[in-house]
Amino acid sequence: MNRRIANKENLIRLVLLLFALSSLLFLFIIFIFILSEGVPLFLKAGVRNITMGSRWAPTKGFFGIFPMIVSSFMVTFGALVLGAPLALACSTYLSEYAGKKTGMILKPSLELLAGIPSVVYGFLGVVYLVPLIREYLGGSGFSILSTSLVLGVMILPTITSISFDALMSVPAAFREGSLAMGATKWQTVYKVVLPAARSGILASFILGMGRAIGETMAVIMVAGNALKIPTSLLDPLRTLTSNIALELAYATGDHRQALFSTGVVLLVIIMSLNLIANFWVKRRVGR
Amino acid sequence: MRIAITGLLLLPLTPFLLGCGNHTGNVSKGRKSTVTIAGSTSVMPFTEKLAEHFKIEKPGINVDVQGGGSSAGIRACINRTVDIGMSSRELKGDEKVLKEIIICHDGIAVVVHPRNPLSGITLEQIRAIYGGKIRNWKQLGWIDRNIDAVTREEGSGTRGAFEELVMGKTDIHDSTMVQDSNGSVKEVVATDPYAIGFISLGVVDAKVKALPVEGVGPKVENIKTGRYRIVRPFLYLTMGEPADAARLFIAYALSKDGQLVLKKEGLVPIDE
Repeated sequence: MNRRIANKENLIRLVLLLFALSSLLFLFIIFIFILSEGVPLFLKAGVRNITMGSRWAPTKGFFGIFPMIVSSFMVTFGALVLGAPLALACSTYLSEYAGKKTGMILKPSLELLAGIPSVVYGFLGVVYLVPLIREYLGGSGFSILSTSLVLGVMILPTITSISFDALMSVPAAFREGSLAMGATKWQTVYKVVLPAARSGILASFILGMGRAIGETMAVIMVAGNALKIPTSLLDPLRTLTSNIALELAYATGDHRQALFSTGVVLLVIIMSLNLIANFWVKRRVGR
Repeated sequence: MRIAITGLLLLPLTPFLLGCGNHTGNVSKGRKSTVTIAGSTSVMPFTEKLAEHFKIEKPGINVDVQGGGSSAGIRACINRTVDIGMSSRELKGDEKVLKEIIICHDGIAVVVHPRNPLSGITLEQIRAIYGGKIRNWKQLGWIDRNIDAVTREEGSGTRGAFEELVMGKTDIHDSTMVQDSNGSVKEVVATDPYAIGFISLGVVDAKVKALPVEGVGPKVENIKTGRYRIVRPFLYLTMGEPADAARLFIAYALSKDGQLVLKKEGLVPIDE
């Protein structure tokens, strides 16, 4: 009887382990797939010609995605500039100032914000933001500015929740010690709590960047998708993700592979960002 | 015991296994036969219309229409994953193994916002706008405001036809905005008073203004007489002789009724 129970336990453990490993398997499959489709073109056209080339005309043999790499970073930076201060203020308020009641309203509404599908953000951007910018600032409205604004709102929940966790993990003794020395509440927050949570906050920014750089649908809708490197805040632009989504439907042959090469570049960027973020978090835990 | 374990492990996979098996066997399964069609998003809405009417005449045949784009449709047809491929561009290179059937012609209209006072445009001007030489509406006799030109994405059949019929050797300039469907181009032009774009004549409606090109309006009769020149064929493709159901559907598209459906949608029928 006992043996049967032990057997059953083992079986359950084994099955669960297999399912747990499946996420690893999926990651591996995706990796192999993207690399096997994307790398051949790198070998054929040259890494330099693809990552540094400035002309994208894949049906005519030009595969330069440099403008898209630059544009991706531009909007990501823009989103961070607009979203990060807001998100940090929000998480600081939540962890340091908010009473139970405000917290009970703010936290779920942030989660709700994270749950809104990106196509809705894009739609609102096209219908309200783009015409507003066109009307009052000029240009077509499809621009870095509109894209950064939309992405800035979209990364709010990511940054807020991760930096909130970082702030909450600062031991209460830090705050008590500072207050006991006669520091005001703001002095405590500004000089003690925020610096103590610094690495976690930085990690939240980097993960927010990852979210912004990977966003596709909303970006396609408000960015205008022109190929040129934008020279003003009101110029349209095309990011790496939108390049793939825009053209996948019709692409064949080298064109298709070029889109996978775009995917490889994107994968490398996002992996680096995640590695950096992990590094920051580890350091915090290690200390 | 061992069999039980294997069974348990395979259980969550069964939908996948079954799914794979099903996919290719669509065509002649059961009593109701199915025609699968995929390809150009320009041809798709019209094929759907044809399918609606076809189903009334032949209730026993199911028609499954999907998009994916001309190139994807051509591929799928060569691989025999679909019965009929749809294309809005001519076949090239090794694609020519397919049998092509012209079901109708479609004009490409150059469209602007209804508030735009421009009453016509020349091919030379369109080339200059999309080539990046004309950047301001002032150069066309309107206000001092940048032109927001919109094009389709690389690989699109509409763009391919536009490049071939209008642009010639001139490349579309990098600063031109890109949208990925007739609908999105129309949406941008309908909302931005300073935009210009090109879309399939079949989807033109009151939200945008279709400009006469070289003094000839983009109208069905002008296409029939050959005066309006930005015209491309809509093709159905088959790999060898199609199955019965697919042959019936193609025959319907070419029949008087089918052509009338297409004509009502703003397309140009073949034989008239």
